[in-house]
Amino acid sequence: MLDTRTDDGPGTPRAGGTAGAAAQATPVPPDVATLRVTAKTLLAEGVLALDLAAPGGGRLRDWTPGSHIDLTLPNGMTRQYSLCGDRWDPSTYRVGVLREQVGRGGSAYVHDELAVGDLVGVGGPRNNFPLVPAERYLFVAGGIGITPLLPMIGQAELLGADWRLLYGGRQRASMAFLDDLAAYGDRVEVRPQEEFGLLDLAGFLGEPDPDARVYCCGPAPLLAALEAATSGWPPHAVRTERFVAAGTGAPVRTTPFEVELARTGLTVTVEPGVSVLDAVATAGVEVLSSCRQGICGTCECGVLAGEPDHRDSLLDDAERAAGDTMYICVSRSCSDRLVLDL
Amino acid sequence: MTATLDPGSTLPTDDVDPFAHEVLEDPLPMQAALREAGPMVYLSRYEVYAFARYEQVHAALVDWQGFQSAAGVGLSNFRHEKPWRPPSLLLEADPPRHDAPRRVLTKVLSPRALRRLRDGWAADAEALVDEVLSSGTEFDAVPDLTSAFPLRVFPDAVGLPPQGRENLLPYGDHAFNAFGPANDLVAKGAPRVAELSGWVAEQCRRESLATEGFGADIWAASDRGDITPEMAPLVVRSLLTAGVDTTVHGLSAVLYAFATHPEQWQRLREQPSLARMAFDEAVRWESPVQTFFRTATTDVRVGEHVVPDGSKILMFLGAANRDPRRWADPDAFDLSRDPSGHVGFGMGIHQCAGQHVARLEVEAILTALARRVRSIELAGPTVRHHNNTLRAWKSIPVRVQLA
Ligand code: FES
Repeated sequence: MLDTRTDDGPGTPRAGGTAGAAAQATPVPPDVATLRVTAKTLLAEGVLALDLAAPGGGRLRDWTPGSHIDLTLPNGMTRQYSLCGDRWDPSTYRVGVLREQVGRGGSAYVHDELAVGDLVGVGGPRNNFPLVPAERYLFVAGGIGITPLLPMIGQAELLGADWRLLYGGRQRASMAFLDDLAAYGDRVEVRPQEEFGLLDLAGFLGEPDPDARVYCCGPAPLLAALEAATSGWPPHAVRTERFVAAGTGAPVRTTPFEVELARTGLTVTVEPGVSVLDAVATAGVEVLSSCRQGICGTCECGVLAGEPDHRDSLLDDAERAAGDTMYICVSRSCSDRLVLDL
Repeated sequence: MTATLDPGSTLPTDDVDPFAHEVLEDPLPMQAALREAGPMVYLSRYEVYAFARYEQVHAALVDWQGFQSAAGVGLSNFRHEKPWRPPSLLLEADPPRHDAPRRVLTKVLSPRALRRLRDGWAADAEALVDEVLSSGTEFDAVPDLTSAFPLRVFPDAVGLPPQGRENLLPYGDHAFNAFGPANDLVAKGAPRVAELSGWVAEQCRRESLATEGFGADIWAASDRGDITPEMAPLVVRSLLTAGVDTTVHGLSAVLYAFATHPEQWQRLREQPSLARMAFDEAVRWESPVQTFFRTATTDVRVGEHVVPDGSKILMFLGAANRDPRRWADPDAFDLSRDPSGHVGFGMGIHQCAGQHVARLEVEAILTALARRVRSIELAGPTVRHHNNTLRAWKSIPVRVQLA
């Protein structure tokens, strides 16, 4: 079951500058671990958009369509949401949040409690659902699954690719972004279930097309139906996003943890608010870093024991699960103790 | 021409030629002058804007929205001029076209992917160091070590056939010259461009590449649909263009630094784990890639001035890496400094994808040398190699004492 997401508009990137931001920006990367809610907008029945920005302004980490972030809510819950804003705006992230009827409270918290001005923890962005180059795209969205697809559509437009979208939902009133999508005319088929019944996937997809890529995001039954409908397609032509069940996101410690440096023989305590990189350096063990944002890979460390809380933008899901490596400029610990190959 | 927002301030202008031979021989005085002149300087000779301070260089590197790469990262503006070769999908592309090739190459060259090379490269480095030292304790570090080692391990790692590897350095040298103006250095390479480009293109084909290696990994990504089969050879080409000369000159820089800073060599010998730190400090100190250009995507405000839409901005990475506003005692090569944050590999979405490969190569050589060599010093006059983009060496004669 997916936990959420939404968007802004067809996120059509605009070529254009951030003017003074470039030369005025401070060389020290902004602290992207904590962002502030700057807007909360109702998009459709039960769907809202959150805008997030660094408390002091400034650039956030770059992202690509299909990326998601981990959001740690003030109540301690961690949830994943697809980014659906405009990547040409470097200072704002936008996510869409569906109020889940059967969720575990994360979406209800966002809808009912989270207010403009509140601070949230952010990990990533990471992309397990990247848009690969193709001449044609067939996008299939179910409900809030439209969110990661919106920036992809913007990108397909920018690249001049041929694309179509099949967008299903329970009822029209709960389907977000219909106004934005209307601008694309008959590239978009909006098919609320109460008017049209189940999505006609076979009719939409047609015969397998070697030049096309199929992207689908939505609830599990839709993904299953899509997989069945594309059984004749080459496997890599079909890309779906399945979010990890809500609640399995890494618990984020607010308490200190110990880092043991196996080769050096030191143990350091990492306080909340201090990076592992800095804590290790304070102990006299310098580790090379560069971006300090979890995007370049310079500060990679082997993990010999313990469970890292990955906050980088580099590792994919399998690599994260392996837990044998971490980027210590941003990543932290789930366990009381981490043993690093340092 | 720049518009001035504050009528009281005029944009500093300089008619220096950053690509003149005397500047390439020693760019430091020009860099210092440009840094002092202000956050932005107009270079009248080429009608471009220049950033030489760390703050502006760093900010421009990360701001791909305001400072694009697709119009070329050299002086030539692809909006009006035809590039000498099909543009790089990585270096000379912006999002969204940049995304997929970048993602693939970053994965192929990630620290995790490189782990399988570490032991082999350490052994290769030991073997090369043994070879060199067994034939004498005086040698020229450039041909014998700093170009020999990358040329030994990197083409193998890519999966190139043994024949023709001598083309790699001339091809890379020309590619980096071509980012500058059409001066004598570009003219020098021109007669061989067709032949070398042809050879490189041939190597990028799947059939030419070994079944294992970075090249095969890139083609495998196209089998998975992560890039198109048309993109794969150009991504391989990026490896061949940017993977050799840069490492050679980075390695030369670190050896020259040690030959002229004996106390730092002692530190490395006492603590060989400093090898990586030493390499990045040398990249900061010497900046093998000295300059890259961007193009303003709109009128971009910088301080009190505006860079007009479509104009070229020359970023002096080397000057930024020695900016006293950012670095204490910037001209010192000092292993106790944390060089993190230098822009010698760039920064942001175009940051060097091969940096982890270079670090691994250099770590292997320095570790092997530190074990065998007690001291290293210059044994004669060094000779620079002039290139419009690279800070490079032709010859570094050294004398070593064995441990
Ligand atoms: S310093 Fe770049 S990933 Fe940590």
